[in-house]
Amino acid sequence: MGLSLHAGSVLALLGDNGAGKSTLVKIVSGVHMPDAGGVRFDGARVELRSPRHASQCGIETVYQDLALCENLNVIQNLFLGREKRQTRGLLRRLFLDRNAMREEAERAFAVLGSRIPSLTSPVSALSGGQRQAVAIARAIVWRSRLVMLDEPTAALGVEQTANVHRLIRRLRDQGVAVLLVTHNMVDVFALANRLVVLRRGRHIAEMDPGTCTPDDVVGAITGSAYAETAT
Amino acid sequence: MMARTEPSQQSGRQSLLADEGMLSRLQHGELGFVPVILALVVVFLVFHFANPYFLTPRNMSNLTLQLGVLGIMALGVSLVLFIGEIDLSAGSVSGACAVVLVLLSAKLGVPGLLAAFSAIVAGAAIGWIHGKCVTLIGAPSFIVTLTGLLVWQGVQRMLVGNQIGQMLINDPLITSIASTFLPGWASLALIAAILIAAGVKFRRIWRVGTGPEMATRMYYFGQAALYPALAIVIFIVLSQHAGVPVLLLMLVTLALLLTILTEHTPFGTHIFAVGGNAEAARRAGINVAGIRVMLFSMCSALAALSGIVAVSRQYAVDSNTGGGNLILDAIAAAVIGGTSLFGGRGRIIGSLLGALVIGSVSNGLDLLGQTANVKSIITGLILLAAVSVDMIARKRRIQSGTAGA
Repeated sequence: MGLSLHAGSVLALLGDNGAGKSTLVKIVSGVHMPDAGGVRFDGARVELRSPRHASQCGIETVYQDLALCENLNVIQNLFLGREKRQTRGLLRRLFLDRNAMREEAERAFAVLGSRIPSLTSPVSALSGGQRQAVAIARAIVWRSRLVMLDEPTAALGVEQTANVHRLIRRLRDQGVAVLLVTHNMVDVFALANRLVVLRRGRHIAEMDPGTCTPDDVVGAITGSAYAETAT
Repeated sequence: MMARTEPSQQSGRQSLLADEGMLSRLQHGELGFVPVILALVVVFLVFHFANPYFLTPRNMSNLTLQLGVLGIMALGVSLVLFIGEIDLSAGSVSGACAVVLVLLSAKLGVPGLLAAFSAIVAGAAIGWIHGKCVTLIGAPSFIVTLTGLLVWQGVQRMLVGNQIGQMLINDPLITSIASTFLPGWASLALIAAILIAAGVKFRRIWRVGTGPEMATRMYYFGQAALYPALAIVIFIVLSQHAGVPVLLLMLVTLALLLTILTEHTPFGTHIFAVGGNAEAARRAGINVAGIRVMLFSMCSALAALSGIVAVSRQYAVDSNTGGGNLILDAIAAAVIGGTSLFGGRGRIIGSLLGALVIGSVSNGLDLLGQTANVKSIITGLILLAAVSVDMIARKRRIQSGTAGA
């Protein structure tokens, strides 16, 4: 199965349950090692050993559950596991550099054009859309080159879905390659430059959302499109 | 409702405003220390009117000494609570390590400092075992440490052996921990140091300039002034009796160090991340198991230290050292101080204040001639009240969370 992503474009990955979307995401985010084949990043082959290593390579994953700590504040979540330390002085290196983290966080949300009530309020005080913004802002903070989003709008209302679409477009405009895993046709036709359908672990179809209809896509996902052409 | 501000408007503020939003947090159910300070004021007023001896410098001095064992244990227990675990064994561990200390010092003639160090290392090792049982076997910490409670109590009794009564210790260093007071000049020097530190902090707040609005700035001045003012009042009261106990200094220093660790280092952030959402912490590349083992180890090491203090106060150890309600009082102290039993929430200073509440109630009821049974009932009711306040605040947090949508 082949799949290629380009900077500054959105690729939607579709497929029924068990089609292999999640497995693909897990391999590229470093959670699983592939049995065969590999990942090329910037033209060079990379072996993604762990989620940590994948993010160091510039691959960020926004999980469906967002993987945020609700008790921590926005800044702490953005920098979780990669906190900035103070640079001056021997002893100060042990301590958090809150100024630097706050400035970078502000920059990230400015790039996303996103409104967060307070960067120091705990994530539990944020709405679902704002939490999604926090998870996506991680990619901006870490200057990720590839961002994979797993069902980003599954739990959101209409207005918040529109906001998340706006975030993803901003991300794309930053020159980030976006892989969107979704069931939601609205997401696909609003955002994707290309879409790829998987079925039983195989690359079934690649389409251009500009020239196909949602029915075509559903047909490819379920396999009925091929049955129809055969008759 | 919080005002929505563009992030860009917030730029240019300086580090001391990093915890900006405290005022609005209060309205959103982030109660912080408000309940525990209210409880302290009520407890102090009630006992003052019930028995005027309560607030005398002599009794306050006594209270700070009584606080040592409970306070140090509460600090350790709150660390484990921060990651959403519990340690029921801290009492037995402190007892077992106290016996180790006395055996080394009194029976084998090991110098006090080395004996104390060995006891703390023994505690850390015990906690390491607890942590490994939790992370490797995956057993709930409740069960692992309940087992620990029984096992280490057994070890303590075995080590005390068939000796009836107490094992005495006469090492000058160990016995002096709980009975030494700072001389006047040292107290004055400490007050001077606190004033200088406060002055530096005031200057930093002043330098922020026109950034935050006046109310916020007054709030920060108040916050910066609170601890120095409190410290000076305590120093003045205590110096009217025997002086500032070294034990109090030790407790406060420990609390300060742990506060720095939990609130100003990446490690501290990781602790609360593990307590809040361990899976998210793992995906962020944090060594979740390592942090768990580390904190169980620190908790038991602090329990060992509290055992050393207990020995220092009694000049002896017996099979009841570290027993009784001690561990439950320590957990109660942490919860009263705002530490959540569900993990991810709490502050070290809160546990210290919580220990002060429990210690004051115990001391005050003693003065009123009440029995241990009454103390037990009242401490239990305070714990229930603290948990209730936490639950109500949690509901408000959840409500304000959805209200922000």
